[in-house]
Amino acid sequence: MSDPMEQFKVIFFEECSDLLISLEEGLMQLQAGDSDEEVVHSVFRAVHSIKGGAGAFGFDRLVSFAHIQETLLDDIRSGALEMEPAYIAVLLQAFDILSELVGAAQRGEEVADDLGSDVAKAMKAILDQTGVPMAQKDEPAPASEPEVDTDIAEKNMRLFRISFKPYEELFQRANEPILLIRELGTLGDLTVTLDVSDVPDIEEMEAEHAYFSWDFSLITEYDEAAIREVFEFVEDDCDLQITDHGVYLSPEAFVEDAQAGLFEDIEDEPDVSKTQKAVKAAKPGETVVSQSIRVELDKVDTLVNMVGELVITQAMLREQGGELLVEQYPNLVQGIEDLSRHIRDLQDCVMAIRAQPVKSVFSRMPRLIRELTATLGKKACLVMSGEETEVDKTVTERIGDPLMHMIRNSVDHGLEMPDVRAKAGKNEEGIINLSAFHRGGRIFIEIEDDGAGINKKVVLEKAIANGLVSPDANLSDEEINNLIFMPGFSTAESVTNVSGRGVGMDVVRKNIQSLGGRISIRSVEGKGSKFTMSLPLTLAVMDGMVVDIGPEKYVLPLANIIQTLRPGKEDVNSLPDGRNVMMFRGEYILLVPLYDLYHIENAIENPCEGLVVVVEGDGGVLMGFIVDDLVNQQQVVIKSLESNYALVEGVSGATILGNGRVSLIVDISTIQDMSANQSREFQSALPETNKISPQAQISSEIH
Amino acid sequence: MTNQETNDQITAEMVNDMSGQKGDIKQYISFNVGKELYAVEITTVREIKGWIPTTSLPNSPDYMRGVINMRGVIVPVFDLRTRFSRGHTQPGKSHVVIIVKLGERTIGILVDAVSDILTIPQEDILSVPDKDANPEYAFMEGLVSVEDKMVAIIKPRMLFDMNLIPDLDSAAA
Repeated sequence: MSDPMEQFKVIFFEECSDLLISLEEGLMQLQAGDSDEEVVHSVFRAVHSIKGGAGAFGFDRLVSFAHIQETLLDDIRSGALEMEPAYIAVLLQAFDILSELVGAAQRGEEVADDLGSDVAKAMKAILDQTGVPMAQKDEPAPASEPEVDTDIAEKNMRLFRISFKPYEELFQRANEPILLIRELGTLGDLTVTLDVSDVPDIEEMEAEHAYFSWDFSLITEYDEAAIREVFEFVEDDCDLQITDHGVYLSPEAFVEDAQAGLFEDIEDEPDVSKTQKAVKAAKPGETVVSQSIRVELDKVDTLVNMVGELVITQAMLREQGGELLVEQYPNLVQGIEDLSRHIRDLQDCVMAIRAQPVKSVFSRMPRLIRELTATLGKKACLVMSGEETEVDKTVTERIGDPLMHMIRNSVDHGLEMPDVRAKAGKNEEGIINLSAFHRGGRIFIEIEDDGAGINKKVVLEKAIANGLVSPDANLSDEEINNLIFMPGFSTAESVTNVSGRGVGMDVVRKNIQSLGGRISIRSVEGKGSKFTMSLPLTLAVMDGMVVDIGPEKYVLPLANIIQTLRPGKEDVNSLPDGRNVMMFRGEYILLVPLYDLYHIENAIENPCEGLVVVVEGDGGVLMGFIVDDLVNQQQVVIKSLESNYALVEGVSGATILGNGRVSLIVDISTIQDMSANQSREFQSALPETNKISPQAQISSEIH
Repeated sequence: MTNQETNDQITAEMVNDMSGQKGDIKQYISFNVGKELYAVEITTVREIKGWIPTTSLPNSPDYMRGVINMRGVIVPVFDLRTRFSRGHTQPGKSHVVIIVKLGERTIGILVDAVSDILTIPQEDILSVPDKDANPEYAFMEGLVSVEDKMVAIIKPRMLFDMNLIPDLDSAAA
C-alpha cells in the first residue's frame, strides 16, 4: 500500500463493480420495456463514471470503449435517438465487453485487440444514423426547445422565466456561466436565449468586460428557492430576476385538464403545491449524505468470529449457571438469562451486517443466459424475482457455481430449440424463472423453465444402461426425476460446449448438500421443470439439538427435526431384511442407527430404550435417528473440520460446546446416503443389526 | 498443572535460543515415543499442550485420535505411535500433544513426552540408509546422534498431510 495510486485503484474497481451492477440492472429494466427517463440517466451515469475513473488511471482501452457507449447513451438520453429494442441488445453486448475490460484492467491483463470491436462498430453504426458526427457530441448547451409531453404536466410543473446578467466581478471571481446553466438544466427543461445586444464592435471590446446576458425559461418541478440556490454564489455579482409563471401545462394537457376542471383546482391552491415542493426542493443543491459505509470484509468477519466465541462462552455460563439455585442467586440467574438474550440479539445484528441480497449472485445470470442462447441458438429470457432476499455472505459466496450450473442445464437441456417450441405451440422464446424467498428460517431458490421437462423414458433407459437401476425396477415419476442427481448421469445426447463436461447434477447436489442445503425437482413432460433448493441463511451459526450417543455428544440441525419420541415395543417393526421401521404419522419410516454409522460403542441400540429423533432428509424423506438422550437445544457456531483436517463422512462440521469440548454436527443428507450404502452391503453380507435403506435411494435390492 | 508450567518454560527457552540461530544451524524439539527419540524442527512448533481428551471422529484412520478445541480452533490430534504401527497410545497426564503448523493447517501430534531442545549443525545430520529405495521413509529427514543416542528428524507434513496420507496408506497396503 505504499503507492497511493494503488489504493485509489482499489476504490475505483470497487465502485466499478457497483456501477456495473446498476448499469446492468438499468439495461434489464429498459429491456423489460420500462423506459423511464431516470433509468436512462442512471445507465448513462454509470458508464460515464466508469469512463471518468478509467481515464484517471490511464486504462485507454476501457476509456475509448466506454466513450462510444456513453455517446450512444447520451443521444438516447437527450432524445436525439429513439430507443429501440435492437439498441438495447447492442447495449447489453457492450455491457458484457465493458465488464470484461474492467475485469482485465483489474487483473492487469492485456485484452485481445479485437475484443468488442464488432460491438463498438454496431454502436457507431447506430450513432451514424443520427447524422451527428461524434466529435460534436461534446457540445454542452442543451439549447433545444423543451420537449413538451404530458409527463411534465402530470408532475405539477411550474414555468419560471429567469434573466441573468453577470457583472465583470463574476468572471473575476472565477465563476463560469456555463456551469450555472448546466446546473440549471438539471432542474428541468431549460430554454436558453443568449442576449448579445450589448456586445460592442470588436475595436471597442475589452477582454475583461462582461457583455453577455441570458434569458432562460425553465419548466421544473422545483420551486424558486431551488433556482436561487443555483445562483447562490454569484447573486451579488449579477442581475438576477426570477419570475414565477405558475403551473405549466402542456397544450394537450391544458385542454384535457381544463375540461376536467382540474386547472382551476390547481390555480386555487398554489400554496399547497408550493409547500409540498419545498420539501423536495432541498434535493438539488445538497450533497446527499450517504446512508451506508464501506467496511472491509475482514473486519466484519472478525466481528462475526468474536461473537461466535461469545456465544460459546455464554453457552458455558448457562451450563454452569443451570446448577445455581434461583433462590440463592436470583440476580445472577436473571443476569445469565439476560446475557443469553442480548447475545442472541447481538448475533442477529452482526449476521445482518454480513447479509447480502442474493442479487449479487443473480446479477451474473442474465449475462450467462445471453451467452448461452447465443452459443446454443436458443431463445430465452430470464425473469428474476426476490433478488433483494438477504442471506449471509458465506452462502452467497458458494451458491454461485451451483446456480450457474443449473441455469446452464435449464437452457441446454430444458429449453427446446425455437422451431421445436413453435411446433409445440409455445412461444419461441423460452422463459426461465429465477426466484428467491425466505421460508421457515431458510432461503429457497427456484429455477423454473418452460421447456421440454424431463423425458422419463430417456432418463430411465439411460439409468438402466449405466447400471444405476435394474431393468425390472418399478420407479415412480418422482424417483425417475431424481435419477438425474445420481453420479455419472448425463442425458445430453451430444456433449455440447455448454454442459456435458463431466460435471453433472450430482455435483450440484453435493455442493448444495455441503452447504446444508437440499435440492428437489418437479418436472412435467412437455411443460417444463422446476428445481427448488433450500439453503440455510448462514453457514456460521445454526440452531442445534445436542444429543447423546454413547459417550459422545452430537449436534442435530434443529431445522430438520420434526419430532422426538420414544416408541413402544409394538411401534417398531422389522422388515424381512432386518431393517427396522417405525409407524409415524400414518407412515412407516426407517430407523437409522447412528451409533452404527459412527461406530460408537456403549450406545443404546434399542430405540425403545433410547429416543428416536424424527428428521426430514433430502426430498422430504422422514427418518428416525436412534439416540441415547437429548441434552439441550442451543445455538451452535459452526466450525470447519476441513481447515485443519479433512471432510469426515456423515459430519458437516464441528462446534464447541459450553464445556469447551468439541462436538460434531450430524450431516443428515450424507447419513441418508451412508445408511443406503450400508443397506447395499447388507445384500452381500449377513445382517448384523438394523440395516436400512431410505426410500429415496433408487436401487434394485428391494426385491 | 506442573505440566503446563514446564511447557511455558520450554516456550521461553525456545525464544531465547532462537535469537542465537545461525545460517546452517537449526533447532529441533526432540520427544519420546516409547524408547525412540524423534525430533521436529522448532520453527514449525506452535505450542506444547498436556493431553486433554479428544472428540473422536467417526470413520477415520486409527492414528487419528480425534479433535480438540484450541482457543476456538478445531485441531486434529494424531497418535505418532499408531502412525508408526506400534499400537495405540494410552494417554495419561504425562502425555503431551505437540501442536505444529503444516502450511495452512494446524495439527497436534500425540507423543509420550518432550525431551529436549537440540541445536544441530546441518552437516551433522546423517542420511537414512536405504531411504531412496523406500518411499515410505519420505517423512524421515535424517538421523543425528545426540549424546550417543540416535534421534530421527521427521517431517510431520509427510506423515499427516491429508493430501499425502491416502498415497502412503495405499503404498503401505
